[in-house]
Amino acid sequence: MSDHSLLEMQGICKRFGPTIALENVELEIQAGEVLALIGENGAGKSTLLKTLSGAHRADSGRMTLAGEDFSPSGPADSRKRGIAMIYQELNLAPDLSVEDNVLLGQPGTGGGLLLRSTQRSRVQEALATVGLEGLSPTAIVGKQSVATQQLVEIARALACDAKVILFDEPTSSLPQNDVKRLFEIIKRLKNNGIAIVYISHFLEEVRSVADRYTVLRDGHSVGSGKIADVTDQQIISLMVGRDVDDLFPVAPHTPGEDYVEITNLSGNPYPSPTSFTLRRGEIFGIAGLVGSGRTEVLRCLFGLDTASGTVKKEDQTIRQAVKSRMRQGFGMLSEDRKTEGLAQDLSIVENITISNLRPYTTLGFINLFERSVRAAELMQQVEVKAHSGSQLVSELSGGNQQKVAIARILHQDSDVLLMDEPTKGIDVGTKAEIYRMMGELADKGRTVVFVSSYLPELLAVCDRIGVMARGSLREVRDAADWTQDDILQCAIGIDEGS
Amino acid sequence: MKNYSKTISLLFRSQLGAVLAFLVIALCFAVADYFYGSGNFVGFRNMRSISHSAALIAVPALGMTIIIIAGGIDLSAGTALTLCGTVFASMLKFSPVTNEASSFGGYILIALLVTLATGCICGLINGLLISTTKVVPFIVTLGTMTIFLGIGQIIAQESTVYAPPEHVPLWLQNLCYTGSNIEKYNLIRYVPTDAILAIFLAVSVGLLLKFTIFGRNVFALGSSELTARLCGINVFLTRVFVYTLAGLFVALGSLLYYANVKNGNPTDGQGMELDIIAAVVLGGGSLSGGRGSILGTMIGALIIVVIQNGCDLLQIPNTVTLIAIGCIIIIAVVVDQFRQKIEPSKAPDAAA
Repeated sequence: MSDHSLLEMQGICKRFGPTIALENVELEIQAGEVLALIGENGAGKSTLLKTLSGAHRADSGRMTLAGEDFSPSGPADSRKRGIAMIYQELNLAPDLSVEDNVLLGQPGTGGGLLLRSTQRSRVQEALATVGLEGLSPTAIVGKQSVATQQLVEIARALACDAKVILFDEPTSSLPQNDVKRLFEIIKRLKNNGIAIVYISHFLEEVRSVADRYTVLRDGHSVGSGKIADVTDQQIISLMVGRDVDDLFPVAPHTPGEDYVEITNLSGNPYPSPTSFTLRRGEIFGIAGLVGSGRTEVLRCLFGLDTASGTVKKEDQTIRQAVKSRMRQGFGMLSEDRKTEGLAQDLSIVENITISNLRPYTTLGFINLFERSVRAAELMQQVEVKAHSGSQLVSELSGGNQQKVAIARILHQDSDVLLMDEPTKGIDVGTKAEIYRMMGELADKGRTVVFVSSYLPELLAVCDRIGVMARGSLREVRDAADWTQDDILQCAIGIDEGS
Repeated sequence: MKNYSKTISLLFRSQLGAVLAFLVIALCFAVADYFYGSGNFVGFRNMRSISHSAALIAVPALGMTIIIIAGGIDLSAGTALTLCGTVFASMLKFSPVTNEASSFGGYILIALLVTLATGCICGLINGLLISTTKVVPFIVTLGTMTIFLGIGQIIAQESTVYAPPEHVPLWLQNLCYTGSNIEKYNLIRYVPTDAILAIFLAVSVGLLLKFTIFGRNVFALGSSELTARLCGINVFLTRVFVYTLAGLFVALGSLLYYANVKNGNPTDGQGMELDIIAAVVLGGGSLSGGRGSILGTMIGALIIVVIQNGCDLLQIPNTVTLIAIGCIIIIAVVVDQFRQKIEPSKAPDAAA
């Protein structure tokens, strides 16, 4: 190991229009080392990795790679210099063979001709390193499991002699066993002298794989050091930058009588028959691993996905269609704000009111003035920061976009609010506002169903929490009767048992 | 009041580019014509002619605008238009009554209704196919484009359908009249009737898009189908209705076209859809959906016609005209994309 860092970033800044994504970020990593990049959603981790991989260009700051200036002109340039990125959503051509994918876009494939025979040994070597000796190079990538595809992608990085490999939350879509295998491979890469940047917000994971850490918060690097020297608590306080009490300011509320009764709700493939009851004025949390069917429960409840089973509200069975569910007071906040939650190229007013234009309509004509006045009230209520209601949603920051989406279900006057990851990818301040709003809604007798992957917020905000595993709700308890460990056990334990 | 003025300025801003482009192009032709041509470009007679030609494109383009805002496309508009025209011509040709008969008006009414229904059915077929098969609109309408052409050929028995003049009502004969005989203008003196019709229809569609739930749903659907579903919009019905409505405008366009050429030839429609789509795109319509405007489409139709008309007057060969129109379309879209790109960053800091 040299005394110089292999990769160094100094004073990196990056803005997207009004949003500051990175400010004065410092980061360094040695060869043969795993650096964990820790931070909440929206802290700037992915932006930082994209800056390294050449997908974004930093507005200012300096990067050096092996002592030389490094300012990639694009992903190809960065790759050529030895930086490879493994994205959360895999970046493979699903219809091509393993071999073709590994060689895709690589130099030295024979003057424009792809000479597979000369490359085969290289491909096989790379596959062997990631533990895929058994996989035929001519197998079609799209037919392999997600875990195998991820390994193929790592093999691709190896085949082009990557010196630094960036992993963006690589375990988020992997089953438990494959996570272990991935960690072993990461260790192997490390021993081969490759530097690894590993993004995650799972601290247990970070501990078992990383040597050092750097914490990002709101686009700043707020701390780094040896992972063995800090406690989880210290890392968490670096991540959130304040006490947990300020973080979850839920307005006081008291759950009332049973309100919505869900019996044997089942869809294809998830949820498997699930029954539960929602009370009036409560915040009902749903925890579980990604892919355990949490989102599907909400979608089936809202009528977006076809489902069987009955949903009764105040002893009235509701037809399974978005329109009738909405008329009965259901409102849904999508987990995918960008493509589903909001119509990005329409205005704020349009997005808030589109699901409920009737109140402004006389003789078929919408009173646009009345509509914009009402929308402005809602914007003020949820504190959307924008010039005016006519501003396009795509110009807003993530947190403000989420507020617009929430304003829409308030505008619908929903009393059963299905919120799927409402705090995903937004800043800490806005998160706190959203928790407060949930509490206020519950206090007014409305029911909030809160799906989240982030256990601390569920535990702090919810009245009751149900844990999903393998497509059905396994256990429902009062939030006070759960601990993070219990929830994880319930979410994972059953997973392994079946 | 402040809210209204903002809305108006926003409306204008998005169409300003198209208006400016139109004015610049018109001015160029006016100057060129003054020095090198006959000097007829600027004149009431030519303006009548331009407005009449633009109406022929604009009416079917109104339907296309709705489709494009909803995130679709209709390549079959051209052949559907001449299919409707052929149906109408055939109805007139085999008319049992003539101009003099008192039952003539009733028969014409039936012919009109059958023609409009034909257009709606063409659109309905497109809409249903797209909604049920989930095949992209481009492919579905590529298919129906040739199907409509084939059906038109069967009706026309692979030739051109001529109806004897005494089977054609006077108002229809004069629908596209742009000459100097005052008697021949149906509604307003010296204003071609088809242009009046186009403006009337444009205002109606504009109101429909801006002020009705259906109109707003069309924008939501085009902007993001997933969001539309989430907001409880019946995506299936909305889309089928969009295509059916567009079919109605295609049929209305076919009446204007018939009045213009006085015959029904199914093969005339080939390529016509491109002018129609071009008018929408020149007017700011985005093929990825969610964006487009009626005013823009009208201006888009005018731009195409002004280039054709100006080149004719300057005796520029038709080949050059085609190239010029192609270039203008590409330039318009490039400029529009550029404008889209710089706009968000021009906005002052919203987070501050």
